[in-house]
Order: sequence, then C-alpha cells, then structure tokens
Amino acid sequence: MRRIDVAGLGVPRALAFLAPAIIIIAVFLVFPALWTIYIGSTNFELTGPNSINPQFVGLGNVTNALSDPQFRNSLLLTIVYVGGSAVIGQNLLGFLLAWLMRSTPRVLRSIVQGLILLAWILPGTVVAFLWFALLDRNSGTLNALLANHATAWLIQYPMLSLIFFNTWRGTAFSMMLYGSALSTVPPTQLEIARLSGARGWRLVRDVVLPHIRGHVLTNTLLITLWTANDFSPYLLTAGGPNHASEVLPVFIYDQALNSSQFGYASAISVLLLLVNLIIALAYLRLLRRRT
Amino acid sequence: MTVSPPVTGTAPVAKAPKPVTFGPRWLVGRIGFYVLIAVIMVFFAVPMLWLASEPFDKNPGLAAHWPQWTLHNFATTFRNPNLVPSILNSLLLCGAATLITIVLAALAAYVLSRVRIPGRDALLYVLLLLSSVVTGTAAMVPIYLMMYELGLINSILGTSVVLSGGLLPAAIFMLKDFMDGVPRSYEESARVFGASPRQVLTHIVLPIARPGLATILVWSFIQAWGNFLLPFLLLQDTGKQPAAVIIHTLQNEGGGVDLSSLPVFSLLYSIPVVVLYLLVNRRYGFRFHGGIKG
Repeated sequence: MRRIDVAGLGVPRALAFLAPAIIIIAVFLVFPALWTIYIGSTNFELTGPNSINPQFVGLGNVTNALSDPQFRNSLLLTIVYVGGSAVIGQNLLGFLLAWLMRSTPRVLRSIVQGLILLAWILPGTVVAFLWFALLDRNSGTLNALLANHATAWLIQYPMLSLIFFNTWRGTAFSMMLYGSALSTVPPTQLEIARLSGARGWRLVRDVVLPHIRGHVLTNTLLITLWTANDFSPYLLTAGGPNHASEVLPVFIYDQALNSSQFGYASAISVLLLLVNLIIALAYLRLLRRRT
Repeated sequence: MTVSPPVTGTAPVAKAPKPVTFGPRWLVGRIGFYVLIAVIMVFFAVPMLWLASEPFDKNPGLAAHWPQWTLHNFATTFRNPNLVPSILNSLLLCGAATLITIVLAALAAYVLSRVRIPGRDALLYVLLLLSSVVTGTAAMVPIYLMMYELGLINSILGTSVVLSGGLLPAAIFMLKDFMDGVPRSYEESARVFGASPRQVLTHIVLPIARPGLATILVWSFIQAWGNFLLPFLLLQDTGKQPAAVIIHTLQNEGGGVDLSSLPVFSLLYSIPVVVLYLLVNRRYGFRFHGGIKG
C-alpha cells in the first residue's frame, strides 16, 4: 500500500488536492474550447437580433468561410507566414547557428547566443515596437542605415517584414534544440566522414541529418504550432494594409471584436483548434516513440 | 496561452574536431565563417539598438542613434499618468496569476506524482495536449464572451484567473517532473517515524522541491508578464491595462508616438523578464521542459 501512496494522503484527499487546478483548467480552457464549437455552429453576434436568439446554422459558417475570399486570403497568408518564418526561416537559421557554434570560440559563442536569446525573451509588445521603429519609412533605423527614405517596409512588403520579424524573434528555440541534437551525433562518425572527404553540405546531409531526423520533425511541429497561433502580426501591421498581412489569428480577432461576427469567428477558431490538435497529437506520438 | 518550454540559456555545444590542415582554403573558409557570423549578429543586434540608445538620448526618435546622454527621460516617464499605474497593474495581474498557478500546480503535481489515482495517465496525457492545443488565439472568442457574460471585462483578478488557466497544464506537467525526481524514501522514512501527511508535505517535500517550484514561479511570471492578447481583450479600460498593453496603446494613440517616455518605459518593462530569466538560468540550469528532452 505504501508503494502507491507514500505521502499517506489517501485517494479522497488526493482528489481534493487535485480538484482546484482541474476546475480552473476545465472552466477556462476546456469549456471555452468546447463552447467555440457550439458558437461556431450558430450565427451569434454580440449586438442586434442574433445576439438574443442566435440561429443554429450547423456547418454554414464553415461553408461560408470556404467561399469567403477574405478567409481564403487569410489562410494563404498564414501558410506563407508559417512556411516562410518557421519551417524555413527559424529552422534553417537555427540549424545553421547550431552548426556554426560548434567551431566558434567560447567568448564569441556566448555573445552570439546571448543576443539571439535576448530576441526570444524580450516581451512581445516591446519587440513589436522595436521592429516598428526599425522599419518606419521616414525615421526608421533600417532606412537610415540604407540612406533610403522611399520604402515603407511594413506597407509595401508587409508579409516579408513579418517573416523576417518572426525569424528574428523565434530562431533561439531552434538553435538550442539543434544544439542539443547535434551533440547526439557520434563524433567518430563525423570524423570518418571527414577523412573520406565529406565537407559542408554533404557532411550534413549524409551523416548529421539521418541522426537528427526526429529532432527536425519535433522542432518543425512545435514552431509551426506556435507560429500559426502567433498574435504578434497584429502588433506590427494589424493585418494591413487592406488585409495584405491578415493572418488567421488577426482575422479571427477582426471578425469577432471589430465586426461582432462571433459565430463566424468561432467557426474559424474551431478550424485552428483542429489544426493545433493534429499537430500536438503528432508531436506526442513522436515523443512517445522516442522514449 | 502559448506555452513555450523554458530552455537552457547556453545551448549545449557539440565540439567540432580541430581541422588538420591550415592551407589557403582553410583561411578562406575561416574568413567566410566569421563574415557569416558577423552578418547574423548584425541581423539580431540592429533591431535591439533602439532599446539601448533611445532611453538615454536627449531627443529620442524612431531611429537608433548614438545618444546625447541624459537621464531626463526617466523623470518624464515617471510623470506620465498612464505608465506607473500600468506597471502596478502588471504586478497585480502577474502576481495573482503566478500565485494561483504555483499553489494549484504544486498541489496537483504532488498528487499526480505520488498517489496512484484512477485515470492518472490519461489525465496527464490530456494536460500535455491541452497545454499546446488551446491557445489564447484559438480560444479568444469564447473567453471574451464568457468574461463578458460574467461581467468580468475590466477585472484584473478575473483576467489573472484566465491567465493561470492557460499556464496550469504545463506548470503541473513540469512540476510533476521535478517531484518525480524527489526520492520517495524520504517520505517513507518520515512516515515510519510518525509524521502526518501535512508534516511530510511541509517539512520534506516542499523544501526538496524548492528548485522546481522556483523555476515554475519564474516561468509563470515571465509568461504572464509578456502576455499581450488576453489583457488586451479583457482589460479595455486604460486605467486597468498592464504594461504589455499600454505600450501598444501609447504607440497607437492619435497616430503620433510619445517618444519621450516610450523608450524608457520599454526598457523598464523588459528588465524584470531578462533578470529573472538569467537568475533562474544561472541557479537551476533550465533543462528542456514540457516534453522536449534530449
């Protein structure tokens, strides 16, 4: 008996310890997620007749979304944002940094890593303002450095700006994950490959990648999930100009809080929840297989 | 409510074997290597220059430039009627969220680590899943509606409970990991000598789990401190908004940005996060958490 209950709590008291946390999670996390599904199948709005008597519309919101050019635009932009800044940007730059850091002198390595980590731990609103100041047309740092006052980066190239911004913001995680992944590659194998003439990209492709395939997948899944749910584009461009950078989180916010289309916004949220669920299940499966 | 696992400050580094040859090709390779590192450093440093220079400049602007040193901006910032209260709001909001998270997570994690209650493994799996699936972005509509119906819009405490709802699953999971590392034999011996469950908890388990608790404390605080979306949704009254939201409000107010106080304020608001991160990192050496191990 002692084996399974060293503290001598007993099951009733154990449940009492557990209850407060479970209740908070149930009310503020599980219930909202389930409620989204319900609201998403109605035409609920915050004001007007539909606020008192919302009609059940079933999958109507979803079919509306599929034929809504604004939603399709937003979905495409989200894919571009996730693909460009996470799958390509953070992944490649993170791996490159982890690879470079192996032969970097210690002091320089700490400086570079510290700088990249700082970009990751600074609060989101501050970081967004830093990039706003960097990219401003008339008095931004970038245009001052380029001696160019013609380009309004956030207006002319909003998606490109967001992709660079999020690559800058999130690379630290990939760098650290690949840093520890690279230490699992047996040095002897690297040495043998090197002696037989493999250098650079061939060394990475033939020796390193087969060893860290699991890490690559883990990393890609996690940063994809985080980037798809990232609200910071709102802080930088607020979806503009004219919806040109309206990724899904901003689209949901705009539909709900500005247009008061809560039913429609909820249906889109359900789609996002489903994507999150699929990614998380894949991630946990991967994790379980490895242990 | 995105949960990002805290990670080590200095990434583990696999040493590359020393190159054997030092010919011209090697030299070109090394030069290319340092140029590449320099380019990456510039990319990461340039956006941050503003935060280092403008708080101390006589005429802060949007472009980072070498400052004409002054501390005058600090006085201006402290006189701004919105800024100091917003820091107090932040402290209240994040303090409450952290307190709720740490207490409830500690109780739950202890039980999940020590008592074999029915359905434990399933519960842990669901917690891990929840911590990443239900993000603030995906759940903002129902959370906003729920708080609206409850009349809790503009309630700092209400918002802090919502925040801790998002933090709890990951906090429980990480803490359970820590508690699993506390040997059971200590508790067994204490029990043999007649300690009550409460004594076991306060005299044995809590002291040993302290590093874990401290880590989760700092982690929760950092997460709450930087969270923009939830307070932005739920606290619409400027007088209730925390620092994270006020920076955005100031940026948008009337189109023009109040650059005399924003740089100083951004700096003051950022410092706690960086300091706390370094502190925990140094004292306890963050490992990969929230599932990413090894």
